[in-house]
Amino acid sequence: MQFFLEVLISGLLSGVMYALVALGFVLIYKASGVFNFAQGAMVYLAALAVVGCMEKGAPLWLAIILAFVIMTLFGIATEKFVLRKLVNQPPITLFMATIGLAFFIEGLAPIVFGSEPRALDLGIVDEPIPAILDAWDMVISKFDLVAAGIAALLVTTLALFFQYTRIGRALRAVADDHQAALSIGIPLQHIWAIVWGIAGFVALVAGLMWGARNGVQFALTFTALKALPVLIIGGFTSVPGAIAGGLIIGASEKLAEIYLPPVMQSMFGGNFGGIEGWFPYVLALFFLLVRPEGLFGEKHIDRV
Amino acid sequence: MFKCRMSALTAAVSIALLSQAAIAAEEQFFPILSYRIGPYGANGQSFFGGFVDYLNYVNLKENGINGVKIVWEECETEYNNAKGIECYERLKDKAKVSTGPIHTMSTGVAYALIDKAAEDKIPLAMMGYGRTDAVDGSVFPYAFPLVTTYQMQASAILRFVKEKEKGSLEGKKIVYLYHDSAYGKEPIAALQEEAKINKFELTLIPVAHPGNEQGAQWLKIRQENPDYVVFWGWGVMNQTAIKAAQKIGFSRDKMVGSWWAGSEEDTVPAGDAAKGYMSATWNVAGKDVPLIADIEKVVYGAGQGNLGDTSKIGTILYNRGVSAAVLSIEAIRKAQEKYGKGKAMTGEQVRWGMENLDISDARLKEIGATDLLPEIKTSCDNHEGSGKIKIQQWDGTQWVVVSGWIEGNKGLIHPLFKASAEQYAKEKGMTPRDCAKEM
Repeated sequence: MQFFLEVLISGLLSGVMYALVALGFVLIYKASGVFNFAQGAMVYLAALAVVGCMEKGAPLWLAIILAFVIMTLFGIATEKFVLRKLVNQPPITLFMATIGLAFFIEGLAPIVFGSEPRALDLGIVDEPIPAILDAWDMVISKFDLVAAGIAALLVTTLALFFQYTRIGRALRAVADDHQAALSIGIPLQHIWAIVWGIAGFVALVAGLMWGARNGVQFALTFTALKALPVLIIGGFTSVPGAIAGGLIIGASEKLAEIYLPPVMQSMFGGNFGGIEGWFPYVLALFFLLVRPEGLFGEKHIDRV
Repeated sequence: MFKCRMSALTAAVSIALLSQAAIAAEEQFFPILSYRIGPYGANGQSFFGGFVDYLNYVNLKENGINGVKIVWEECETEYNNAKGIECYERLKDKAKVSTGPIHTMSTGVAYALIDKAAEDKIPLAMMGYGRTDAVDGSVFPYAFPLVTTYQMQASAILRFVKEKEKGSLEGKKIVYLYHDSAYGKEPIAALQEEAKINKFELTLIPVAHPGNEQGAQWLKIRQENPDYVVFWGWGVMNQTAIKAAQKIGFSRDKMVGSWWAGSEEDTVPAGDAAKGYMSATWNVAGKDVPLIADIEKVVYGAGQGNLGDTSKIGTILYNRGVSAAVLSIEAIRKAQEKYGKGKAMTGEQVRWGMENLDISDARLKEIGATDLLPEIKTSCDNHEGSGKIKIQQWDGTQWVVVSGWIEGNKGLIHPLFKASAEQYAKEKGMTPRDCAKEM
């Protein structure tokens, strides 16, 4: 039982890390109805910008601020040079544009900041908390707890922002219908620039946490793969849904990795395991069958 | 008159074509299937940087291989199997005229090319990777898993661990944590056999690609509480494993990785967590090796260095790239001894050179490559040529070699690959060469 709890808690904490990446997708989707294929690349760019600035001599706090400025400028540039020309185009066109954007970032970022895998030390050691280890013989990492706290703060802030601010309401209006939003005087360009800037900030937070955990390197772009099933389960338009989806994916994949292989081995023989890669997608597929809009997603109803 | 003019024209064109062919024949072509961008670009930059620098070095220092200028063309694979095949197809026509061995630095691409390369008579080098059973040259005439195979490497790692445990692994628990791919699965058969002989308990724990999340695996390791973790990782999986070991409090000096998990690119991103971690290798890091120092002087001195970032010179993977190029050039030299000095060698001829390599310590010293390679002696029935590795340990800032040459258990491993090669030949309907006739 104790081991089960340890795996469950570890999975929930990993899920928070997935949710950090998924949040960026939700923001863009909520504001523009676009699935941003470049979110993983943005996480990579943000983390690279931090270590790149630190290599030039900036202390960590300044590097984070500079990276935030870079991500904001990147957001504005994306709106100006990529999205502005695509207003009122079908979502698939915008989606294709974000694929191009992902390749662009993946090519440009290492040229500017270097492609060497580097360590990122945020001053939070990824070691078990001794008190918990001694009392319950359970491994709970200080780093994971900090990540969970940051994610909770981020989600609360973003949920309040979308619900109660003018810009938040404008973002939702733009997502529903570009043309209608324009016709009632919502400045689409500004809104898109803002939302891409915020998504850049979320990517920076995700990049800092993932970069500190596994090192800053190209593989940060793969974090997006973990976010996709989270989005399907939580819903593409829900900020709290990203967290809920992250927790479900994190916990279920860890429990599955531990408890499914022995069952499969007894049934089919051989050596099973390494199922974390596909298990979240199978789970997401199941959700698509029973609740296609996700747990917290908006139901789409068309009048015919 | 018209007929006469036509024959003169034909003769002129023929002479021109022949002389062009003669010029082309004086150049030894190298098709290079490299990856310098993409997820593993940083590793590829160092390896292929070292490889190309040595080719350039031979051109600058010795005016080529016995006067045959080396030329090469690179094609970016991004460590992607499909792109690897595309690159091979793009370069193979040139390689049919003359070629050095192809190094893909990718088990996946190497697997995909084994049959094609044999068909096209282009030798495929797989230094420390690829199919273990390709050691059997009677079945795989064009594939060369030189220096060490995954199975021999795993066996050598266990021998090292056994020495640390005062000569016995009986009753010990060893976890094999591996990338869930052909690369990670290759050593399993060898480890299982070793477990039977040495009476230790072996637990297999796979990690799904890319391996950037290993929480469950390491909790399982914590539950198992093994004496050692033998580790077959690649890319981000390496740093993630090292950090995850720290997270559960597993001592890093009880972790021994394969050579794919033993470069600066694997330890630096893990920060302090990597201190004490060990891995297999066959070349040292640093610029103390005379050849590496001379390459920097000659090639970079002439402004023809391949690396933009010269801090990579002397890293594990840079030096390994040089070691791969040294082996390739030595194979061509060997081929020239048989087929004519000063001539460009075809794939078939280079294949012969690779199958008859005899690189002694004296020869390594002569070219300044001591500590870059073990002694290598290949033959028709042994395309590996060595089977030896060293163990290195990360001291927090650099790799330090902590063992001498360790050879895997040949008596155990070679029959395993022999059986596998026979099975492969049967599946393909091939008749293996008679190695006795190749002597």
